[in-house]
Amino acid sequence: MTNVIANGRIVADYRSANYTKQLKARYQAERRFMYYGIAAIAVALSMLAILVGSVVLKGYTAFYDTEITMTVMLDPQLIDPAGTRDSWTLRSADYQAVMRAGLYERFPTVTGRDERRQLAAMLSPVSAEDLQHIVLANPSLIGTKVTVSAPIASDIDQYIKGNIPHTTGEGGGRVSEQQGKWLEALSQDGVVHRAFNWRLFANVDSQQPESAGILGAVVGSLLTMMVTLCMSVPIGTAAAVYLEEFAPKNRWTDLIEVNINNLAAVPSIVFGLLGLAVFLNFLGLPRSAPLVGGIVLALMTLPIIIIAARSALKAVPPSIREAALGIGASPLQVVTHHVLPLAAPGIMTGTIIGMAHALGETAPLLMIGMVAFVGDVPGGVTDPASVLPVQIYKWAAQPERGFVERTSAAIMILLAFLVFMNAIAIYFRKKFERRW
Amino acid sequence: MSVQLRSQINEASGRAPARSATVPVKIAAENVNVYYGPKHALKAINLMIGEKQVTALIGPSGCGKSTFLRCLNRMNDTIGICRVEGLITLDRENIYDKSIDVVQLRARVGMVFQKPNPFPKSIFDNIVYGPRIHGLATTRDELDEIVQISLERAGLWSEVKDRLREPGTGLSGGQQQRLCIARAIAVSPEVILMDEPCSALDPIATAHIEELIDELRENYTIVIVTHNMQQAARVSQRTAFFHLGEMVEIGDTEEIFTNPRDERTQGYITGRYG
Amino acid sequence: MSNEHIVRSYSLELERLRTLVSQMGGLAEAQVEAAVSAVFRRDVEQANQVIGADQRVDGYEREIDAEAIRLLALRQPMGLDLREIIAALKIATDIERIGDYAANIAKRSIPLSQLPPVRPAQSVPRMGRLVQQIVKEVLDSYTAWDVTKAIAARARDNELDDLYTSLFRELLTHMMEDPRNITPCTHLLFIAKNLERIGDHATNIAETIHYVVVGTPITDARPKNDDSNFAVVTPPSEQPASGDNK
Repeated sequence: MTNVIANGRIVADYRSANYTKQLKARYQAERRFMYYGIAAIAVALSMLAILVGSVVLKGYTAFYDTEITMTVMLDPQLIDPAGTRDSWTLRSADYQAVMRAGLYERFPTVTGRDERRQLAAMLSPVSAEDLQHIVLANPSLIGTKVTVSAPIASDIDQYIKGNIPHTTGEGGGRVSEQQGKWLEALSQDGVVHRAFNWRLFANVDSQQPESAGILGAVVGSLLTMMVTLCMSVPIGTAAAVYLEEFAPKNRWTDLIEVNINNLAAVPSIVFGLLGLAVFLNFLGLPRSAPLVGGIVLALMTLPIIIIAARSALKAVPPSIREAALGIGASPLQVVTHHVLPLAAPGIMTGTIIGMAHALGETAPLLMIGMVAFVGDVPGGVTDPASVLPVQIYKWAAQPERGFVERTSAAIMILLAFLVFMNAIAIYFRKKFERRW
Repeated sequence: MSVQLRSQINEASGRAPARSATVPVKIAAENVNVYYGPKHALKAINLMIGEKQVTALIGPSGCGKSTFLRCLNRMNDTIGICRVEGLITLDRENIYDKSIDVVQLRARVGMVFQKPNPFPKSIFDNIVYGPRIHGLATTRDELDEIVQISLERAGLWSEVKDRLREPGTGLSGGQQQRLCIARAIAVSPEVILMDEPCSALDPIATAHIEELIDELRENYTIVIVTHNMQQAARVSQRTAFFHLGEMVEIGDTEEIFTNPRDERTQGYITGRYG
Repeated sequence: MSNEHIVRSYSLELERLRTLVSQMGGLAEAQVEAAVSAVFRRDVEQANQVIGADQRVDGYEREIDAEAIRLLALRQPMGLDLREIIAALKIATDIERIGDYAANIAKRSIPLSQLPPVRPAQSVPRMGRLVQQIVKEVLDSYTAWDVTKAIAARARDNELDDLYTSLFRELLTHMMEDPRNITPCTHLLFIAKNLERIGDHATNIAETIHYVVVGTPITDARPKNDDSNFAVVTPPSEQPASGDNK
């Protein structure tokens, strides 16, 4: 590159070999950069695939479980020895014994105390629930034979799914050799079969994996989200509108803006501590309730919504405001008639993203007691409740093998929720995208 | 304030008044100073705008002509750091007086902006928005009539009468600008301010707007800011030249463009270094 | 004039227009001079040269017209520039007329040179010199945009008118004295009239210059001393009293 300047003019020879070489190098650099990009995306995608894949692979089995169908004699001796048929007796009768009797009947050769205990252990501790329902619904069936399906014990289920190895030897595994043989016999009878695990969706949390479900957590999550939504959207939008449209630009509003941005970065556990200190200890609101959880999550979501709403308001072209002002609209009319409708999709998108964020939040809820075991579907925002991510956290801590796949299943359900919410956000964004 | 334009001319130039007929003063600015924070944007402006006339404000960028225009309907109020001093009267009423409601003022002094800015609503809704918020009309029939009259005035009726329900943003640039003018007309203003209304339009659309301005002159007082001197020459009866925040010269358009008095005006309109 | 346009080629084009007008003026000035001297020196060849050169004057006018129209169309001149371009158009027309009169004088000088000289022919060069001075001063004030000079030159048109009126009387008297003088004197009369017309066109140019520089047309009516329209000369034999017409 010599003699660039000659006679006060810039000299360039774009057809020289030197230049061609340089050009080639430039294109190569460009290609390299493209490959780096592709590689980065490939890494990100494969990480995602591994994550989702492992969750799905571990969890898909939770959506079905193994049931055993048995014909059992509703022995009046076991259910209602006195023959009173009053509901208390019927309710508290030992239906598990009826189920056990059915199983003993199938294997008459098993008589030893220890063996019988092993045989009985193949049934889930909650296997008699259905039977109880049947009898309570129709006490006249007592004394006859009925056919019921009952969940098999979780360990046996896991054994069938191949998650627990078949071990030999004394007390080696959770499923003995003997149980394996019985299971084989039952399979040959055709009474052991797979069924859709409706309990996962219809039941609340339980100590028994085969009976544990997420209904309580889903309802809890919905109630919590409802509280969060009702709190954060009006407050967030109002704050954003004030700051963006009405507030004077001075040191105070700058300070507020910086603080809102910082608030978005505060660790969520801090909000949990705040909730514990203010809402539970100071205001005395009920512990473990969606109300408190919702308020705490609303506080956490608020900065996200304010920031999103402000940028949505900023994106509304000033020409629209001027047009409305020029016709003689008052500032409030400008905002409500023109600016807010145009900013609404952006605010909605921000809200949904904030909600999705809140839906997946665990830490602050642990602080306000939503980690407690809740055996009921919450009926209102003040009832004790659990939420999906906390449920996942709790199940992940359970030692039983049956909870491992349920943890993954719950993660899948949570992810489905999030994907659904994000899809709504994208839909809104596409539908109301810049109409000006 | 019974001053008439003729006397102003005499005072300013000491020369025989130009041929324009004397017209009553609609807007008068007396010693108007505008500050943007520390910046002195307009310096002691004295200017009178005749009724039912087109007055063009010309000058290089940043000379304050748009600022002045925005003082006339107090659009500068929306800018926090803007401070207006001096007296601006509309029909001899101080528009910066406490008793004047800014919403009412803007209904009387309409505005058309540089970039066509129809609301992202239907053509119909664009027009009826003003009459609705001012409560001019409530029944559907009245609104229909307002829409038709406004669009006819703006020369747009025949082009859009079959698609009043379609979004105003779907029109071409020139049509959008005429829609904006129709929207301004719909609230029946006395004065229409236009801030470079044709700068985003092609020559044909510009010609349509200019023709429209010429027709509107019959019923409205029009103040137009333009970068295009030929346009000022074509549409206005009076032209004011602004330079560095000062009003250098005002006179009959014909006079300004053939024989300006001030060196700076001369330099600007002939394209010389000023 | 004052300072450059931002678009330099615009200034250059205006400058070119100005140069064309000046050149045309210079040529017309030379034509007038040559025509007058042809009359005075009875030089047929010079007269023919003047007649031939008139085409060049016309050529200049066409060129100036084209240039001015081009500027009007392409530059949309305003203010001073507009006045100057319009002035160029008008001045070119005036100069073209001046050229025509010069050619006309040259034409008349040819038959005049074949006739016996008459005494009043001595006054023609005097008038010619004055016309030349006026034209020169006006054209100089064009190049310098000197309104004062232009107005002064315009005022000298009165002298010219006076000269013309007296020449007119003189020629009439001559014709009355001797009918054989009628032919040369008529030619001389037309020559004098042409010179007087040249002066009027120079006056027009001066007024145009005033319009360009000041921006307004000159309003005061120029005092006209051309009384030849009212001049009555009675034949010397019937002259009733002396000096009543002088």
